[in-house]
Amino acid sequence: MARPIKVVMAKLGLDIHWRGVYLVSQFLRDAGMDVVYIGNKFPEQIVEAAMQEDADVVGMSTLGGNHLTLGLKTVDLLGKSDMAGVKVFMGGVIPPKHIPQLLDGGVHKVYGPDTPMETIINGIKDSVSV
Amino acid sequence: MDELLEKAFGGDTLSIARLISKVERRDPESHEVMRRIYPRAGKAYYLGITGPPGAGKSTLVDRLTRKFCEDGFSVGIIAVDPSSPFSGGALLGDRIRMNIKRKPEWDIFFRSMSAGKIVGGLSETTKEAARILDACGKDVIIVETVGVGQSELDIAGATDTVLVVLVPESGDSVQIMKAGLMEIADVFAVNKSDRSGAETIAESIGTMLERRSTFYKTKWVPRVFLVAAMRNWGINELYEGIRKHRTHLQNDSHLENRRKTQLKVELRRLVEKEIVRLVWQRLNETELGDQLVNDIWEHRLDPESAALEITAGVKMV
Repeated sequence: MARPIKVVMAKLGLDIHWRGVYLVSQFLRDAGMDVVYIGNKFPEQIVEAAMQEDADVVGMSTLGGNHLTLGLKTVDLLGKSDMAGVKVFMGGVIPPKHIPQLLDGGVHKVYGPDTPMETIINGIKDSVSV
Repeated sequence: MDELLEKAFGGDTLSIARLISKVERRDPESHEVMRRIYPRAGKAYYLGITGPPGAGKSTLVDRLTRKFCEDGFSVGIIAVDPSSPFSGGALLGDRIRMNIKRKPEWDIFFRSMSAGKIVGGLSETTKEAARILDACGKDVIIVETVGVGQSELDIAGATDTVLVVLVPESGDSVQIMKAGLMEIADVFAVNKSDRSGAETIAESIGTMLERRSTFYKTKWVPRVFLVAAMRNWGINELYEGIRKHRTHLQNDSHLENRRKTQLKVELRRLVEKEIVRLVWQRLNETELGDQLVNDIWEHRLDPESAALEITAGVKMV
């Protein structure tokens, strides 16, 4: 019996604006995934949660401009913790010119506002080969 | 797998997490994992926390975990949340209540699990996951159920102490007389007791418990604690109450008896599962199943007689 795709979802750092991450979390649940919502967390805490939960995917929502700092730090820490296989998704308000930098840094996909929910769901499903 | 087990036994977080996943996924190696785990398990103390949705179970887990850590214990937590019966997915939100300001030496492992199709308050592999944490050296295992109603009582078969968490709004004295949740508790907490009605419900429960234990001459009388987890009220007293039950278990083979009763139930369940699997496998290989369904459909045979016909072969054993 396969376990559902397991996603650890976080609000990155001290960022507020929960609506987006709540909405995406619910749609991922409706798409049959197990979503562990951990609220506002810093990179070390996100990585700890991803490890203990043995997550397939880490989703980070940020509208606070910390994507290049805390976001990339999280990816870096995941790699150092033997979790390079975990797919990292970022969403929120992120200037398009920063996206290549994030992808180069190991983020799997970046989704801006107005991304259709199907795109996010399929993006996650395609990235995980469970 | 040898390496994974060795690292997990050494306390490596990721290895422990991956062992649990193997069992959750019903990986072909999962039986082998449990076979290798089992000799090392059995040393930990298992605390179950249950109660209706929104009673504050997760917040209490957070507060109690800190108490156990302060006393030098390592803690493994398994928190179960419900799966959607429609999509099979789940939103696991217990982890967000874990807000302890941790000291670096504290050893805490927290795992969220979805209940899947199981309706007893735990998931199919919660017990296995708890045993893995036990074998990997956690001193205390806390198992938090999904928010339950009156009849999701699997937790009583999986833990040494059951803490039932209620709130002032949990009901009047008639609710308290009803069966189920109230009967499995070793310790009660009335959480959110800063709200009105807390003393009344605590008194009702206390009175019921006293009468019962006088009549049945039980050795353990569950106590009721008024707490407000968010405000950190009453946590020390509740913690001491739980520790007292732990001490009680260590006297007069109470723990041994309790665990043996649980093991017998578990063994029975596993045997039942295997027999059903075997019988069904045989049935699918022949046409007997379809034939019997037809006979039942045509009202030539009743379902119970058909079942007896199918299981006649099992009686040979």
